[in-house]
Formats: sequence, C-alpha cells, structure tokens
Amino acid sequence: MIEVITSLLLLVGAVFTFAGSLGLLRLPDIFCRMHATGKSSTLGVSSIVLASFLYFTFSEGGVNIKELLTIVFVFLGGPVGTHMIARAAYRSQVPLHERTVVDEWKGIEEDIARSEKGP
Amino acid sequence: MIAVVSTLMTLVLAACIVMAAYRVIKGPSQPDRVIALDTIGINIVALIMVLEVKSGSRDYVDAALVIALLAFVGTVALAKYLAGGTVIDRGDH
Repeated sequence: MIEVITSLLLLVGAVFTFAGSLGLLRLPDIFCRMHATGKSSTLGVSSIVLASFLYFTFSEGGVNIKELLTIVFVFLGGPVGTHMIARAAYRSQVPLHERTVVDEWKGIEEDIARSEKGP
Repeated sequence: MIAVVSTLMTLVLAACIVMAAYRVIKGPSQPDRVIALDTIGINIVALIMVLEVKSGSRDYVDAALVIALLAFVGTVALAKYLAGGTVIDRGDH
C-alpha cells in the first residue's frame, strides 16, 4: 500500500518537474519561463520529498524532521527567489516577448523618480 | 514497483537537468541563467530524494537539505546583484 502511494507521489512530482523544465526550455521570454519553473520547484519537488518522507516513515518507522524541513525551505525559498529575480529582470530591462499584451509597470521608474522629487 | 518507478524518475530528472543546463549555456539574458541554475539546484534536491527511496538508505537527506539552502541563498544573492550591482547593501550610497 505504501509503495503505491509513494509511487503515485513520485510520478506526480515527475510530471510537474518535467513540465517545469520543458517550460524553461521552450517558453518565449524570461517571465514565462519563471512562471513554469515556479510550479515545478514548489509542487514537484515537494511531492517527491513528501514521497520519500512517507515511504521511510511507514517502512522503517520514526519521523525524520529533516525531510519536513527540506519541504519547508523549498516551499518558502522558491517563491521568494522567483519574485526577486523577476524584479531584477524587469529593472534591468530584459525585453518582454513581442506578443505581451499588458505591461502594468511600463513607466514606473519615471513615476518613482517624479514622486521622489516632490510636486 | 518502487524500483521501476524510481529508476524512471532518475532518468526524467536527469533529462530535466540537461534541459536546464541548455538554458544556462544559451539563455539570452543573465536572469535566465540565474533561474536555470536555481532549477538545476531544485532538481538535484529531487534527484537526491529519489535516490534515497531507490537505495533504501535514509542518510542522503542531509545533502538534499544543504543543497536546497545553498540554491536559495545563491539565487537571492544573484538577484540582488543583478538588481542593484551590490549583494550586501551597506546604505552608504
């Protein structure tokens, strides 16, 4: 029974991780690629680590807290890193894809400079 | 069943790492390379956990935890560097 659950979680993780890496390879600009890897790094890896945690908890007994800590760090670290790189990429003027429809930050640097200067 | 699935998983994760490595080499901009390196680190964490299930030994999780932390710290440091040119903001500029 635990082998079935572990195998299912591993396969779910494989699907998410493979989709994320394929998106990193194939999508057109950096923000789309980041959108793909964000999913793979949180959901995919979390389910793989959870599979290992459940497998050893039920087959050998005893809870290993380090696996839970790995899940926590991956889950917290992935979105934080992705957010910081997205901001850095936009501010260093990485070009958006030519079919981008909405760019809500267009001109935000001038707005910030104007508001710091005062009315 | 576990043996078959985990062998398949190692192949899938190796393919993922190769795809991310292509993006590191090719990647048109520097942030592309940073997210590809972050993805490689995260995929290595997953690969270590799969090898743990495959080999039946519980001792590999320390390596996975350390690599997850180092990938996160490296990503944040590189993002700070790309955003402002400095990694540690001393507040004197």
